Amino acid sequence: MTPTPIWRRYARLFGPDPAADVKNELSFHLQAKIDDLVAQGWSPEAARHEAERQFGDVRAVQQIGQRIGEKMERRKRLQDYWSDSLQDVRYTFRTLRRDPGFAAISILILALAIGANIAVFSVINTLLLRPLPFSESRQLVWIAPRPTACGLSCATYSADAYEEFREQSRVYQDVTGYMAFTTADNLRLTGRAEPEPATGFEVIGNFFQVLGVQPDMGRLFTQHESRGPHPIALLSNAYWRRQFASDPAIVGKAVELNGTPVTIVGVLPDSFDFGAVFSPGAKVDLFTPLDLNLERDWGNIVTLIGRLKPAVTVAQALDDANRVAPSIYFNVKYPQTLGRYKGDLIPVPLKDYVTGKLRRSLIALWCAVGAILLIAGVNLSNLLLARAVARAKEFAVRGALGASRGRIVRQLLMESLLLSSAGASLGLGLALILIAWLAHQGSVALPLLSSLHIDGQALGWTVLVAVFTAMIFGLLPGLRIASGNLQEMLKDSGPGAGLGRKHEPVRAALVIFEVALACVLLVSAGLLLRSFVKVLDVDLGFQPDRSASIKVDYDDSAPTEEARQAKRGEIFQQIIARVSALPGVEAAGISDYLPLGPNREWDTPVPKGKIFAPGELPDPLVYVITPGFIRALAVRMHGRDFTWADGPHSERVVLINASAARVYWPGEDAVGKILMRDKEEDRVVGVVDDVHEETVEGGTGSQIYYPAMQQGPSGAQLVIRTSLPPTTLAASVLRALRELNPKQPAAEFRPIQTIVDRAVSPRRFFMLLVAVFAGIGLVLAALGIYGVISYSVTQQAQAIGIRMALGASVGQVRRQVLAGTLRLAFAGMALGTLLALAVAKLISSLLFATSSWDLPTYLGMALALLLVAAASGYIPARRASGVNPMEVLRSN
Amino acid sequence: MDTAKLEFFRGTLDVLILKALVWGPLHGYAITNLLRRHSDDALLLEEGTLYPALWRLENRGLLDAEWGLSENNRKAKFYQLTAEGRRQLRHDVRTWEAYATAVAKVLGARRPPLPKEIA
Repeated sequence: MTPTPIWRRYARLFGPDPAADVKNELSFHLQAKIDDLVAQGWSPEAARHEAERQFGDVRAVQQIGQRIGEKMERRKRLQDYWSDSLQDVRYTFRTLRRDPGFAAISILILALAIGANIAVFSVINTLLLRPLPFSESRQLVWIAPRPTACGLSCATYSADAYEEFREQSRVYQDVTGYMAFTTADNLRLTGRAEPEPATGFEVIGNFFQVLGVQPDMGRLFTQHESRGPHPIALLSNAYWRRQFASDPAIVGKAVELNGTPVTIVGVLPDSFDFGAVFSPGAKVDLFTPLDLNLERDWGNIVTLIGRLKPAVTVAQALDDANRVAPSIYFNVKYPQTLGRYKGDLIPVPLKDYVTGKLRRSLIALWCAVGAILLIAGVNLSNLLLARAVARAKEFAVRGALGASRGRIVRQLLMESLLLSSAGASLGLGLALILIAWLAHQGSVALPLLSSLHIDGQALGWTVLVAVFTAMIFGLLPGLRIASGNLQEMLKDSGPGAGLGRKHEPVRAALVIFEVALACVLLVSAGLLLRSFVKVLDVDLGFQPDRSASIKVDYDDSAPTEEARQAKRGEIFQQIIARVSALPGVEAAGISDYLPLGPNREWDTPVPKGKIFAPGELPDPLVYVITPGFIRALAVRMHGRDFTWADGPHSERVVLINASAARVYWPGEDAVGKILMRDKEEDRVVGVVDDVHEETVEGGTGSQIYYPAMQQGPSGAQLVIRTSLPPTTLAASVLRALRELNPKQPAAEFRPIQTIVDRAVSPRRFFMLLVAVFAGIGLVLAALGIYGVISYSVTQQAQAIGIRMALGASVGQVRRQVLAGTLRLAFAGMALGTLLALAVAKLISSLLFATSSWDLPTYLGMALALLLVAAASGYIPARRASGVNPMEVLRSN
Repeated sequence: MDTAKLEFFRGTLDVLILKALVWGPLHGYAITNLLRRHSDDALLLEEGTLYPALWRLENRGLLDAEWGLSENNRKAKFYQLTAEGRRQLRHDVRTWEAYATAVAKVLGARRPPLPKEIA
């Protein structure tokens, strides 16, 4: 074989052509054959025929050849691409190693931005995107009445209503519910050395079947077990592990709850976290079947949860609920209660009930991290642009040596992809730490928080974010460089010449954009911060600091209601006397429910001698309290508090809150007036301030307080007020209670402040996150400003030198550089303020008592940005004024 | 030539091509000539079937192809063995010989096997 002739090297000038190659190869074969045959004496015509005959089907072979050729060509191109890419990667590593400072800063910036994005995505994925952790969870609906002011009692249903609804509805596979009025540590695990508190929820027998939860061990309850007493319990997995040391033979064993033996029938799976879904932040230890027969006369007590039949929509379920509502009794014993729930059976997807309220906050959060990502991207774009300008020569040389523009852009993109991948890996680490931390924030009352984790979707999101970031910050510098005139770059000599200045407007625009985004973040964070401060300033009606509460166990069993009341009064009086005697205790009292927690209402009292239209009077929330409770919570009042003399045989007395007083006796003093409950007369002896019963941010409705000596409380929460830090009293209070009642479990001694903190925790959570993001945004914007100003000072060193040589003072030079900085900052702030106004309108529903035009916030933002801008401009300004004119002039 | 023969022929063709290239690069036409001469014209090859086999071998990385000039100065595509191709040839030759020996043994048998040898 002779080597390829020179002409052949140009044959592929227009790219490879497998079809032509095949044709050439075959025609060579035929021609060679013909030549040989002719040489043997064949006539040319006969030779051609013979050659073709011996060859067979030329066209078929040609087709096969083309197919194989194309396949090979494709593979070769792919191989070339990969080997080029590998080369790019190697090259990128080399360049980045040469400039480790740049690499470190970029990776750090990206890690922060991408990490924040992954973490927030995981939160959003868990709370909004992913279905609830139940099988076919889209079929599950939460059935609740229209929202009203009377608390949990108006958000639940009676036992009769549950049964009728379950029977008459046609759209459900099944309907279940649980007892809503459950407080933490409502049970005592007894029969051991020291009674221990436990939290147990009563659920209707088919509860777990409807949710689709299978037990890890043993069995579930049956529907039949919610009629009549059944002393059985199911353990939550965590409680089984903690309290029973994962006893594998626990099923069938008996434990003692509140002194009664209860058989454990099963253990629930670890994946089932009742608290995370239905009662954010609460840990639930065990479940017992709710005895519907026992609770039939207790009014509204159960929540309703239904599993829709397949393919039934929520709208259809609502139609069906409206159909059955008129034929449902509140209590079948009282015919007049028929139709009480008309319009108050509204199914919503369970998911919406659990996380719907958070949707807006979460979306705002998502936007915030998106903004961070943009700022980081713009920042890097700027850094890369600066670098690209410094490397203009290198690109020019590569271009002159034959690298195509596409290749150079690809090289730059490879750099940014490598940086963003490194940033994403580090960011993933940060996000893992953050998520692990968040998942263990039991004090934040957000649903599903404990199930937070980084999953495959989050990883997918990471890759997406990394690539997207690489695109936004890599493409612009790449295109800018590639569009430059290579020859000119080569000709350019001094660092101050040509190209650098040409890029300046782009870089300035990027910085302005970055500052504007930071501005929006700062304003949002500022508004949320102001809202949070306003929430903390809300007058709750009581003073949470210096108060604490503990759940008290007592036994008031007696043959008659009156005897019970008398016995209870004695026990409570003893407890309070004993606890009040402790050093540091200023006041003590007992209530069955605490503010900002569960609550209930009983009925509709009517002011004596007045006539109201039906529906005009509220159903006040009921608290059964002892003397001293009002003082222990430091609720303001006028009139008198209850006294121990208000016993079973004395006049019935009540306290009402200011809202109730305004409704019952507008414009009059309620003290001394009479409230009628059916035939029973209650004298109002005092009016107390409105206490926030459910939320810190919401309003308050009517409330009524009964003395524990005259009405039956559902449990007892001892509240003490102290001059010392509340927690220091925990041990002595528990000891005092134990002396009186050895069965008193070691219930949690909770400062009332923690209850308030818990109530505002979601807001604090979002506010903190947005504030952190705003902080990151500000730092990134500062870096951006610094980068641009510092670079332009370097570029203009010569001009500055000349001006100084001509007599400009140090101050003048500094002022000029600072003015340049502030120009950028002002432009960014102007744009940012406009954007912020629009964004503030969007988040106005997240604000509390704060206008979206809140002037102090905007001024604060402006001040913060100006200070940061000035600081980041000052360093280059100092450097500029330190330029030695002679040196600069000589260097050129 | 019927199809059964062709199938048999095709499997063998790959080894023959690899063998033909042991002495140096050749173009397709030269390969057909070489095969014909070495088999004393016994192996009749429909010349067209050679090329798909060549291309497949090239695609599998057993052959390298390059354009060059033929003896009478025409441009022709020359094939040569890659290292992989040589390995493949050695392997194929061994397999082929083992196969041929086995077949020959059976065909050359003079008496039936002893009964215990069947069991």
